[in-house]
Amino acid sequence: MASVVFEHVTKRFGDVVAVDDLDFTVADREFLVLLGPSGCGKSTALRMVAGLEELTEGSILIGDRRVDGVDPKDRDLAMVFQSYALYPHKSVRQNIEFPLRSRKVPADERQRLVADVAGQLGLDALLDRKPRELSGGQRQRVALARAIVRRPAVFLMDEPLSNLDAKMRTATRAELVELHERLGTTFVYVTHDQVEAMTMGSRVAVLDRGSLQQIGGPQEVYDRPANVFVAQFIGSPPMNILPPGAGAALGIANVNVVVGVRPEHLLLGSAGVPAHVRLVESLGHERHLLCALAGGEQVIVRMAAATDAPVEGDAVHLSADGRHLHLFDATTGERVS
Amino acid sequence: MTRSRRDWLLAFGFLLPSLLVFGVFIFYPLARTIDLGFYRSDPFGGLGRFVGVSQYTHVLGTHAFRRSLGISLRFVLLTVPTGLVLGLGLALLGHQRLRGIRVYRALFSSTVATSVAVASLMWLTLLHPSIGLINQLLVKLGHERIIFLQSQGWALLSVAAVTVWQNLGFTFIVISAGLQSVPDELLESARIDGAGAWARFRHVTLPLLSPTLLFAIVVLTITSFQAFGQIDLLTTGGPLHSTEVLVYHVFTRTSSDPSTAAVEAVVLFVIMLGLTLVQLRVLERRVFYGE
Repeated sequence: MASVVFEHVTKRFGDVVAVDDLDFTVADREFLVLLGPSGCGKSTALRMVAGLEELTEGSILIGDRRVDGVDPKDRDLAMVFQSYALYPHKSVRQNIEFPLRSRKVPADERQRLVADVAGQLGLDALLDRKPRELSGGQRQRVALARAIVRRPAVFLMDEPLSNLDAKMRTATRAELVELHERLGTTFVYVTHDQVEAMTMGSRVAVLDRGSLQQIGGPQEVYDRPANVFVAQFIGSPPMNILPPGAGAALGIANVNVVVGVRPEHLLLGSAGVPAHVRLVESLGHERHLLCALAGGEQVIVRMAAATDAPVEGDAVHLSADGRHLHLFDATTGERVS
Repeated sequence: MTRSRRDWLLAFGFLLPSLLVFGVFIFYPLARTIDLGFYRSDPFGGLGRFVGVSQYTHVLGTHAFRRSLGISLRFVLLTVPTGLVLGLGLALLGHQRLRGIRVYRALFSSTVATSVAVASLMWLTLLHPSIGLINQLLVKLGHERIIFLQSQGWALLSVAAVTVWQNLGFTFIVISAGLQSVPDELLESARIDGAGAWARFRHVTLPLLSPTLLFAIVVLTITSFQAFGQIDLLTTGGPLHSTEVLVYHVFTRTSSDPSTAAVEAVVLFVIMLGLTLVQLRVLERRVFYGE
């Protein structure tokens, strides 16, 4: 078991800064999710931990060991790729035992370990099949089995659920969390999907344009986003951000701040900011109202499906409890309250 | 007109240009050659009397035919494995992410753009006993001069070396294209799984490259069996028939004894067809064609 420490890690590809001064620690046995949009540097950061990319500056430690320049195979980690990277010409059994075979584990020991991990992941009946004969979910399990069969100190996962359908993704999310608890190892998990980040991570590190925006527990990141980027990236629908001056409608007089309010914290009532409803989206269990304020700003209101909702074109009044307003510096975008 | 009849006509219309080209340049000459083999040539090279399959059995037993066939087989064995291994090696080198690698790739593939005539003339000069660069180097190294193209021991080896060089561009390009299709993630995964460079090549690259290698083997074998230009320009089949491969043997007989030449050409065709089928059947068992 091991922690993973990023010490001022920077990665440049020519003039492009892919990862900019990452400096944080993934604790031993933690499930840390690196979250961010495409191109934010999260996969590059993961690949640097794996040893698949060289660092331009800084250092990475796995456990107490500085691993700069250490070959991937000697870092005591396993990685699950987005494409699963299964060897297409090998059977499921051969795929799972490949890391053991590469490390010259004796045949009987290999057989026992493969049988054990196949049993854990429900792959017993599929051991003699080729990857092309498996469904997406089954392939994903084989990739997981290949990763865990060696019991490495750290698991790296690069968007392992993104090739699964929505139903399978939900089921696999829960299984991964259980697997983490069962194995008690350090997981570093990369995703652009905030739902995965919120539901799986012990902590979430949000990245944008190569730099760390915020790191904390999922609820903390949701409740107290460090800046406008995090506020809008976490949450679906995203947090409403009112430009400087527009917050006056919600009682914020300071013109040097932008005001954020989550859709579920905007309330419809007889008093408050006048607006009119432009669009009503029903998701079955809830409704999203797209409302335009008098100044032209658009906000989204989330309502329970059971309540009577206004229809498109209706005039409404919006209000929000002051406790639920987030204030960000108008220039830097950083949180001020 | 019924729909199926219309479809047939339409299909025939689309096929017609190809059928015409293949018909005129492949099928008719092939049929004519097979037919020619049933007649014995007269002393002036004209078409003589019909002798049926007896001419085939006769030609197959002649010393000249068996000698040429043996030389052809040796030539294939000398050129195909060497060309394949060198092409694979160069393609693996060219696949590295190094500064200026594109220049090397262009150099490695350049022989594909060199005609047989140019390549042969170039090597004729390089291998020349007195003015050739290779002999000059040998002398400088304290070695005796080697009469590459005019000695029985060296001629076939020399022509084979030129052929390997000539085919190297093709092999390099084909295998390089195959290497491009091996996903990086598989190799990266193997690295993390603990596989060293050789194990990654043996367990990941080679199996995924197998369809490309099979294609290269089949094409190189056919090309080697059909080698003609370099032999005509470098050795004219000599010395003492030591480089007279089957195609060249057929060529030398065409004017004096076209019927025997036709029989040998048909036999060559059957051998190549058979070899290709055997290669496909045997090697396909070891080939992985992906999903």
